[in-house]
Amino acid sequence: MATKQAVSMKLNGKVADVVVEPRELLIHTLREKLGTTGPHIGCETSHCGACTVDLDGMSVKSCTVLTVQCQNSEVLTIEGFEQGGVLHVLQECFSEQHGLQCGYCTPGMITRAYRLLKENPNPTEEEIRYWMAGNLCRCTGYQNIVKAVQFAAKKLATKAA
Amino acid sequence: MIPRPFEYYAPASIPDALGLLKKHGDEAKLLAGGHSLLPMMKLRFAQPGHVIDLGKISELRGIREDGGTIRIGAMTSENDLIWSALLQKKCPLLVEGARQISDPQVRYRGTIGGDICHGDPANDHPALMLALGASFVLRSSAGERVVPADGFFVGMYATGMQADEIMTEIRVPTPPPGTGSCYSKLKRKVGDFATAAAAVTLTMKGETVSQVAIALTNVGPTPLKARAAEDALRGKPLTDENIGNAARLAMSICDPSPDQRGSTEYKTAMAGEMTQRALRTAGSRALR
Repeated sequence: MATKQAVSMKLNGKVADVVVEPRELLIHTLREKLGTTGPHIGCETSHCGACTVDLDGMSVKSCTVLTVQCQNSEVLTIEGFEQGGVLHVLQECFSEQHGLQCGYCTPGMITRAYRLLKENPNPTEEEIRYWMAGNLCRCTGYQNIVKAVQFAAKKLATKAA
Repeated sequence: MIPRPFEYYAPASIPDALGLLKKHGDEAKLLAGGHSLLPMMKLRFAQPGHVIDLGKISELRGIREDGGTIRIGAMTSENDLIWSALLQKKCPLLVEGARQISDPQVRYRGTIGGDICHGDPANDHPALMLALGASFVLRSSAGERVVPADGFFVGMYATGMQADEIMTEIRVPTPPPGTGSCYSKLKRKVGDFATAAAAVTLTMKGETVSQVAIALTNVGPTPLKARAAEDALRGKPLTDENIGNAARLAMSICDPSPDQRGSTEYKTAMAGEMTQRALRTAGSRALR
């Protein structure tokens, strides 16, 4: 049994303290210890992107990050998007544009799209497809996901203007 | 899919990391971006008792040019390579290569040093390093040595790095102005390793090739430098015939294992095709 370590991070703006074995993966801490079950476990092999969270300004697959690596980190999951009962623009657009069917990949998709639009507020369709390529969806065929991200980019630009 | 128990350390400096490495010896593994080691630990192919995370050592990150050499910290992420204005301008081959590695999430975490030190012939940086004539800075508590990429990769998951060493830096001679380069990679889908890939750098003097380097990914137990193909092209024009001949010479050193990506024959043929494409594109990018 390895020595457990105390890890303190900021999760969706609030301090979250946990004590974990070094081998514990971030996705398990989030889902089992911190009650954030939005990020999903799809493949557990860093392929599908369902477990994507935002970690210190990077989209990461939380099945391939150790929780002990997140000491003093800022983590954003899909639970952190809605504010005061109002959906985030990306959530609205995924809903309006039918960017989901079963919804399993959606938290990862939206979390990834959030960082993409932070880095490139006005992406082309090709750029969206390239920079969203780490998230798999088995229902939609991606068309409406791309549309949802495009709509969100437009709405966010109008909001900022 | 949970690794076996291990002790975790996140040293803040290279000397601290070297001290831990010395103390724990063969029981220890260095953790870079974690996108090769952690999957292997989850599958229990790797079962280190001690994991030394290099992620908190800021001096291991960054890209700068110093007197004709591009110096890249071993813990620099693929994403940082892609967005580096210095590399885009002076070494676009690394940007083109990094863009074809895995997917965005993996590229935020995955590092150039980790990709190289893992010794996996399916990784992309080893061939890129051979094509660029790079060298690696390895540090141990006994001191520092600089070793060329050519000769560093000795077998499947085996490199010239010793168990008490940490790769701190990658040194790439700044390609001379006018150099053309290309990384041509065939993969089945985003996130997959190469079925075959070829990295090429070349310079032209008028219509003839003056310098050329060709290296291949995932068609042998190590990345392969296609020396005979290079020799056959030097001093010759980039005609279809010469390119085809170089590709055949490159294919002759391939020995890929058959797997779900294809048979030995198919992969070898694709290595030839990637070599041709990389040569043509690099040729079109080189200044005359």
